[in-house]
Amino acid sequence: MPSLSRRATLVGLGLTTTLGRVKLALADAPTQTRFVVVLLRGALDGMYSVVPYGDANLASLRPELIPPAPGQQGGMFDLGGFYGLNPNLPNLAAMYQAGELLPIHAVAGPYRTRSHFEAQDLLQLGLEEDNPGITSGWLNRTLRELPTRNGPALMGLAAGMGMPLLLQGPARVDSYAPEHFASPPPNLAARIAALNAGDPLTGPAITDGMQAASLDQSIMSDDATSAPGDAPNRGGAFPALASKVGQLLAADDGPRIAAFQLEGWDTHGNQVAGLKTPLTGLDQGLTSLKTTLGPAWAQTCVLVMTEFGRTAAMNGTKGTDHGTATAAFALGGAVNGGRVIATWPGLGSGQLFENRDLAPTLDIRAVAKGALTQHLGLSAPALARVFPGSGDAAPLSGIIRAS
Amino acid sequence: MARPAPLPFVISRYAATRYKSGMDEAKFIAATRFGFGPGPQDGQGGDARGWLKAQLQGPDPGLASGAFTGLPTGQQAVDALRADAMARKTLKEQGLPEKGNFQSQARALYEQDAAAQLNFAATTPAPFRERLVWFWANHFSVSAQQNQAAPLIGPMLREAIRPHVTGNFAGMVQAAERHPAMLRYLDNDVSIGPDSRAGQRTGRGLNENLGRECMELHTVGLAAGYTQADVTAMANILTGWSIAPSDKGSDSTGFLCRPFAHEPGPQTVMGQTFDGGEQAGIDALNFLATYPTTYNLLAKKLVTHFVADNPPPGAVARISGVLRDTEGDLGAASAALVDLPRAWTPGQKLKTPFDYVVSTMRAAPPPPDQPAPKLLAILSGLGQPVWGAPLPNGWPDAAAPWAGSDSVTSRIDWAYTYAARFTDTGPAPMDVAHAALGPLLRTATLAAMQSAGSRREALTLFLTAPEFQRR
Repeated sequence: MPSLSRRATLVGLGLTTTLGRVKLALADAPTQTRFVVVLLRGALDGMYSVVPYGDANLASLRPELIPPAPGQQGGMFDLGGFYGLNPNLPNLAAMYQAGELLPIHAVAGPYRTRSHFEAQDLLQLGLEEDNPGITSGWLNRTLRELPTRNGPALMGLAAGMGMPLLLQGPARVDSYAPEHFASPPPNLAARIAALNAGDPLTGPAITDGMQAASLDQSIMSDDATSAPGDAPNRGGAFPALASKVGQLLAADDGPRIAAFQLEGWDTHGNQVAGLKTPLTGLDQGLTSLKTTLGPAWAQTCVLVMTEFGRTAAMNGTKGTDHGTATAAFALGGAVNGGRVIATWPGLGSGQLFENRDLAPTLDIRAVAKGALTQHLGLSAPALARVFPGSGDAAPLSGIIRAS
Repeated sequence: MARPAPLPFVISRYAATRYKSGMDEAKFIAATRFGFGPGPQDGQGGDARGWLKAQLQGPDPGLASGAFTGLPTGQQAVDALRADAMARKTLKEQGLPEKGNFQSQARALYEQDAAAQLNFAATTPAPFRERLVWFWANHFSVSAQQNQAAPLIGPMLREAIRPHVTGNFAGMVQAAERHPAMLRYLDNDVSIGPDSRAGQRTGRGLNENLGRECMELHTVGLAAGYTQADVTAMANILTGWSIAPSDKGSDSTGFLCRPFAHEPGPQTVMGQTFDGGEQAGIDALNFLATYPTTYNLLAKKLVTHFVADNPPPGAVARISGVLRDTEGDLGAASAALVDLPRAWTPGQKLKTPFDYVVSTMRAAPPPPDQPAPKLLAILSGLGQPVWGAPLPNGWPDAAAPWAGSDSVTSRIDWAYTYAARFTDTGPAPMDVAHAALGPLLRTATLAAMQSAGSRREALTLFLTAPEFQRR
């Protein structure tokens, strides 16, 4: 089994040899559902990923940014006659066919800034505007609403180097990135941990790291070293990372919530060429996640979101500048997909936001709240704590398949 | 285990070193907070504040010392990018694969340049001055993740950052925004005024990337309350600021203003109207560089970097006031940072991977008989590739993004890996620890090092101790 790690093998053995104990563990676990957020940093052009080719105004706005029509060579994948999925996303198209992909369009955060950095912060904080009293990410607050469980692993996992704001906060979170260096032997590691125990930053980080190491030691040790200047979070590295994280999420005692952050979406120029690699990486990475989750995919919901969209019209350099509404995706075996959710605002004159951007008709918090309540069972008061001040953004219904 | 037990030897080396008490704590705070930790050539005398301020005098030591001789100008790096493109085109025409037939000159330039400037940081006798260079380079972040910008970043540091670190901020803004590295990274080299001659002829037009980021990130910030119309106007003003063809640049950076791509007519940014031409860009950038909110933004970033992740408002106001009173004198602002009492509390900042690796190289330089460590690969592995921030706002300057368990675990793993170099050679770990941290070294760390089973383990314990992970 070359593609399976020793960890996965061990879990398999555990299932066959000590079935009774594992079943008990399953019963003890507060949730078997998996929830994953993929944050696309840099503002994905929603009208290039989920192309509203049925809108008569599209061609004049962005003639060079429309993939060939469905059915043509290298054409879009039709999503029901009005929208087309970008041809760089063939695996997502297959998931759509299988009813596992739910594109959501004309969606935006509650804020109206065109600053990447302000918008990314607000998206992760789950806020309309900066609030000094709220410094934790909404996914971290979600963790606090879930029942705690016994066991070696933490519930939440930041995938890739660097802890995103989305997962920062009081609930302790694990993190995982491919390994490059030799690890100290256990006795030395214990002394390092003891020396750092009193440090509020390095102390908990080391304790969590040692817990994670004992869970996924074998998974972490078989990665190739990266080349100089390699970008840790580019689309190209996503499939490999997603594959490992899928294994961790699949494990009985593994984390249940994970977040990825991918870069490469800020396409001010030559967008068609520039988005090819990131979109392909996204497509392949989400497929890796599905593959390695295995049967747990049926209990998984992945939310793909970005801080805002891009201008409806192509700019002067065959790209797009910062805009407002965009597309998001929910996908997974638990997702009620195979259709597009959108109240399409139109692209005609007077229909664009500030005469420039796709107008938002849905709040991204409504999408997240819908997923959290339908998938993780969060109550209305819990949703209000996770997304304070989001009363106007009622949870979007129908994201998760009725079981 | 084949390794011979070095225990008696280790014990004798430890016994040779006694803990030196009564050392001047300020000296070590000066070196770690303002520099990258004490280095072999520091020559720091008795007066820590005087030592720091003296580093603000004179030209950039890296440029003045000839440490960067042979590295390319901006124009030469631009030419290398063109040569790469030509070579790939030729291969394509000949139907040959790039693999095995093509070696990127531009990538090699980036790697040489990053290694040289990183090595300078690890060895400079003026580490405060050098920390400021990297601080400002991160403020005007250009990322090597964009291949077409990568070889231009080293030249930008030499041509636009280093000469202005103790000069006027507006001068740095002018040099940074017009440098080909920035123009390429934020797409301004292809932004064309829609009503310019080029725009009319080709139908191409504006790209507002640099216009927006030079306002939001480099100067006035969102606090200035500007609108989309201001951003568009700024982008229009900068149209025509571009990159020169080979040997046609207006200076050695490779900058070229292309009047036929410049949007004609006056533009208004935040209530200020600028007539057209290259001068409009210069005037508009001076306006932004000296705007009141710019000084607040810079002061907050500086105090965050040199005092604490949550910058004390009084300290920010102090630095902002110095910038305002001196109309953006960065040397004066840097000296004022030294005079902030709050900057002298040790260990307030968690080292970034860059800080961590550079300070390790200063504390325990690689033994001369060994191959040099591959610092670029190491920093990529630790999540902070050199000049490789994922987005134009540069690397974060707070602990949280670097304090995840994986981030901390990987630096521990690297420290253990690196410490293997000292298994049988180099200075005694206890000497390394005393020279690097002096009185900041905790007795618990000393005790753990003394009972370590090998030099490698002792050095690992020092490098991973919280007092060395912080600055």
